[in-house]
Formats: sequence, C-alpha cells, structure tokens
Amino acid sequence: MARRRLRVAVLYPRVMNLYGDRGNVMALQARAAARDVDLEVDSIEIGDGWAPDETDIVLIGGGQDREQRRVQADLHARSRALQDFRDADGVILAVCGGYQLFGRSYRDNHGGVLRGAGVFDMVSIHPGPRIQRCVGNVVALWEGDTLVGFENHGGRSYLNEGTIPLAEVVVGFGNNGGDGLEGARIRNAFGTYLHGALLPKNPRFADRLLQLALQRRYGENELVPLSDAAEIRAHAETLHRSLRGRR
Amino acid sequence: MIRTGRTQAALLAGKTVRAAARRLGHGGTALPGLVAERVDPDLVRALGAQLECSALITGTNGKTTTARLLASILQEAGRTVVHNRAGSNLMRGLAAALVEAAGKDGRLPQSAVGVFEVDEATLPSAAAATPPQVLVINNLLRDQLDRYGEIDAIRERWQHAIRSLPASTTVALNADDPLVATLADDVRGPVRFFGIEDELDSVDDHAAEAHWHPETGAEFVYDRIFYAHIGHWRCADDGRSRPNPEACARGIAPAAGGVAFLMEIDEASTQVGLPLAGLYNIYNALAAATAATVLGADLDSTTTALAGARAAFGRQECLSSDGHVVRILLGKNPAGLNEALRTLQGRDDALHLLVLLNDGLADGRDISWIWDTEWEALAPRVDSVVVGGRRAADMALRLEYAGFPAPRARQADIGRALDRALAGLPDDAELTVLPTYTALLDVRARLSARAGAPPIWEEA
Repeated sequence: MARRRLRVAVLYPRVMNLYGDRGNVMALQARAAARDVDLEVDSIEIGDGWAPDETDIVLIGGGQDREQRRVQADLHARSRALQDFRDADGVILAVCGGYQLFGRSYRDNHGGVLRGAGVFDMVSIHPGPRIQRCVGNVVALWEGDTLVGFENHGGRSYLNEGTIPLAEVVVGFGNNGGDGLEGARIRNAFGTYLHGALLPKNPRFADRLLQLALQRRYGENELVPLSDAAEIRAHAETLHRSLRGRR
Repeated sequence: MIRTGRTQAALLAGKTVRAAARRLGHGGTALPGLVAERVDPDLVRALGAQLECSALITGTNGKTTTARLLASILQEAGRTVVHNRAGSNLMRGLAAALVEAAGKDGRLPQSAVGVFEVDEATLPSAAAATPPQVLVINNLLRDQLDRYGEIDAIRERWQHAIRSLPASTTVALNADDPLVATLADDVRGPVRFFGIEDELDSVDDHAAEAHWHPETGAEFVYDRIFYAHIGHWRCADDGRSRPNPEACARGIAPAAGGVAFLMEIDEASTQVGLPLAGLYNIYNALAAATAATVLGADLDSTTTALAGARAAFGRQECLSSDGHVVRILLGKNPAGLNEALRTLQGRDDALHLLVLLNDGLADGRDISWIWDTEWEALAPRVDSVVVGGRRAADMALRLEYAGFPAPRARQADIGRALDRALAGLPDDAELTVLPTYTALLDVRARLSARAGAPPIWEEA
C-alpha cells in the first residue's frame, strides 16, 4: 500500500498544554507510524496561518482561564473556518479548556464571557471561585468501551440539542456534575474534559480519530490492530484507581 | 516568657507527644506540632516572637534544600538555628520545630534564628504568625494542580502575603523566574534578587509555564532558558526585563559530584564548590546565600557551608543496599523531574533506573504531567528499567513512548519493585531511583531498613 500522509493542526500548543496534552499528539503520531501513515504536525499559534483544506485533524488542549482569555480572540476569528472544517467531516479533538472554548460561549472565573468557536452547540459557565472545581479520575462509557482520564475544571458545560454527548459518566463529574454526561460530539468533532493524556491510554478512541481521518482522505475503513499491551495495562490501571477511589 | 496558660499547655502537650513518638521510633514528625497547635492555635506566634530573627523560604521546588543550606551557613557563622528540618512545612511543622527547641519554661535558646521552609499555600499564615527578616521565594512552577488549582491562584496568595509584610522584611526573589521577580512590585521593604549570569545553553521545556506578565499581559521573550520558564527574560512590549541580581553565579562548570561557580554578592565574590549537581541547586545556593547575607552571616561561612553541603532526604541522596550504590532523585513535578533527568544525562555510565509513580494526595492525584517530562534524550543511556508505584502502568507507557527498553518488571508495590530492581543489577552497577513524593517516603524507608541503619554515606 502506498505510503499515506495525514496532517494534524495543533492549536496554541505553547499555551494550551496544561495537562500533558502533547501526549495526544505523540499518541496519534506513534499509532499512525505503526500503520505506515506519516503524520505531519503543524503548530498554530496566535496569528499563524492555517490551511483547513490540507488539514485532517485539529487538536486543542487545556489551559488556565488566563490562557483561554488570551487565545479567545484569535480562536473566535477562526470560528467560521473551524465550523466549515467540522461540516466537511474534518476530525477535531478538543480537550478541557480547549473543549470549553469550542462551545458557543464560556463565562469564566472572573464572570467575563468568552465567545467560543461554536464547533459544539454548548455553553460553559464557571460558577465562581468559591465553588468546588470538578477534580478527579473519570471513567465514562463510550461505544461499549470505557474512556479513562483525569478531569480538573471549574467551568460546567451544558449541551444544546444539536450536540450529542460523547460518553456517559460512571465515575467523576463529566460535563457539569449533574446530567451524567461527558464530552460532546458533532460529526467527526469530539470534545471532552478528560486529560491524562487521553489518547495514549485510550487506544481505541485514538484509532477512531485516525480511522475517521483516513476514511475522509483515502476512503479507508480499517486500521491494522496493534498489540497495545502497555496501553491496555495503563487503561486498566486508571480504571482500577478510579473505581477504588483513593487509598 | 510564656504569657498564657494555653501556650504553656500546648508546649507541654507537644513535648509529651514528641517524647512518646520518639519512644515508638517515629522521629521528626509533625505530630507534636499538630497536637500543640490544636491546643493553642497561637503557638507559633507566641514562641516565634522570641526568635532574634527568622527566614521563611517558599517556592515550588528547592524549599527543603535551600532551608538546609541556609541553616548550615548560619550554624557555620556560629548562630543557633531553629529549623523545621524534617521538611514538614505546614504550620504544624513550624510549631513542631519551635516546640522541640523550647525548654519546658517555653524559652528558646538565646538569640536563636528561625529558618523555616513553608508550603506555597501556607506562606500567608506563616508570614502573619512570624513576620520574617527575610522571605525567600525561589520559583513558581506547575505542581499538583489538582490540589492547589492553577498557578495564578498561588501567585495571588503570595502577593497578598507580601503586601502585608512589614517594611522591615527583605524579600529575596529569583530574578530569572518572571513569575517571581515581578512580585517585587508588591514589596514594601527592600528587595534582593538572585540569578544566574552565564551563557549556558538554552533549553526548550514543555514544562514552561510563564508566557505573559501576570499583570500587564506583555509577552515574555527569552534570550536564554535555563529550565522550565526560568532564564533571561524580558517583556516584548513594554521594556520591562529581568532585574540585575544582587547575588549571582558566573562561570558555572561541572565538578566532581556537583558544580563549581563564582558567586558574587554585591561587591564581594567567592569561588563556590557545591557538591550538589544540577542548575536548580545553584539557585538553591544563591537563595540561601542571599538570605544569609540579610541575616548577617559572612561570606566565608557561606563558602564553607556550601562546600560541605549534603543532599537533603531523597534529593540526589546516596544510600547503599545489597552491595550497590542507590541514588535517589526526587521528581515530583515536570520542572523538577526534567532537571533530575538532565543531571543524569551528564553521567557517562549506563543507567539502571527504578521509576516510581504514585498518585497520592501529596503527589498530586493527576499524573498527566509525566507527558510533559523529557525522557526521550535519556533513552539511549538506559540499560534497564523497573517501574513501580500505583501508576506504574501509566509510567511504563510513557517510557515506551520515549523509546526505553521494555521494563524488567512492573510492580504497583514499591517494596517488590525495589526487590526486582536490586535483584537484576550487574555487579558494581548503581541503581538510580526516580520517585514521586510519597514513593520517596516509601522507598527511602525500605532502603534504610535494608541497610539496617540511617544513610551510610551521603554525597552529591
């Protein structure tokens, strides 16, 4: 099979990388390489150009509220392009602070309202510095499997009708600690509060992103399975730590 | 000396608990302080008032080492020091040190100097209870976000604490950490900066945290980064830049088991041989020397004490077990672990590692930070690795990504992990242990028990 190529655009990697989110890029790179797919990574900082037509996957990680305020104007200016990319079945993964910014709006810890990229039909609200943050290990049910990771967010996210949840919370808070939902999905765009980093120890979910991108670019449906022994052990360990709570 | 019956009762309660704990074999814990503080919440203020002067030391990394260095400089200068040496850096730890130093009548030794390391979040209450002659802030790095919240919140706490200090307090700040140096704006009294004046190679760390001035929003740009976001910085837009340090290190060169450098403080200078490796220990030495100058110690005492420095508990500490040298390098957050890994890259023997990752409250329950640590460069030097701790599988996955050899063993139980790591070592090979905080306590206790004694020897 001819060598294939995918391009990943990482938004604001310098500042939106609070919780080891670069592990997500490393996971996609390693898993693509194992399938003879070259993954090229473009870092898009504030003011940088971006070519959506040449992009297969968009990633954004987490950041403090300060960082989110900082990138908000630049991100908002890209709303149209990101929504078009979503509607063209481009693959998106937005994590934690990036997830909040990919909704319609985020009222932050200072009460200011940040307009989001509108990729997800969702609003997020920070209930103020006196209210407990949502912190801890998370287990969520996703397509008959589990997603595991760690969440640490002040804002609470609420999905509107155009957006379906990514997963159902088994342990943890998820979107808002109330409705039992975690994350968001529209077409090939995924949002989640889970970091850990998320993709290294959720290999099926990582492969789903790759497979959707390969299908869109090359019409391929199948990925050669990998052994994933270390990945599955890390997944199981996180499950165990989450279900047992603190010892 | 003791004004209230409550303080007297607290002191006796603390001393009783301490004696009991010693009999049961628990030395140096904060329990006496905890009990004494329960009886009299004002105890630290009441006893601390007798100190001739004191230093508070905070920062994300380097508190324990800096406090130890400062205490030994002051002792070298002939001073009597009250020091929370056991590393318990909450109010109870300060209380425990004061209870231990006080007589039954509540008197501290004549002209005693307090040297207290304080937890980042404890600084405001510690500074209110014992206003120090000098406050040292070494760095502000990402650590335990699940416990402290985002690092902006810690810096705001420090600002409040600094604003309420008397104008007689000198604040010693790391010139090279922009999140710390810019705290000078809030200081009412004198400020002393310390930093590195050297053209070392710049590094690019994924643990870097400071991108913009916390108040003005101006972007920080760097001529040189020493580690994390610490280096020679300036603001892109408004002309503000790293202040010139009053205490600095120049001409840094590796030396046997540590580093050598020229230390300049104001007009004076001295050649320092510090038997502790790593740039972060140069900052610790500069911080201690700066505080010592404020407290009146002479430069000769500083030079002598630094040359005789010993590694603090688990900080490049060397023990011996089963005929092997066992070196422990605590790595509890990305900046600290990255510096430890860089220290290891400077060695020329093949490495045998025991990497221990726990996710207890004191470690931070969130272990995602391991993806911001730079193991890749070390991989070619690693001969064998054993992973342990409650998140051993997560660490094993991180190391697989870094291109490490497959682990010889993975054991959640730290005792078993240690057994496996020691059992497979070639003769004469050294074992390097990289633990998180609670894993350090665990593995250190086991190593002491194996050796049947406290550390046989310590060095850099």
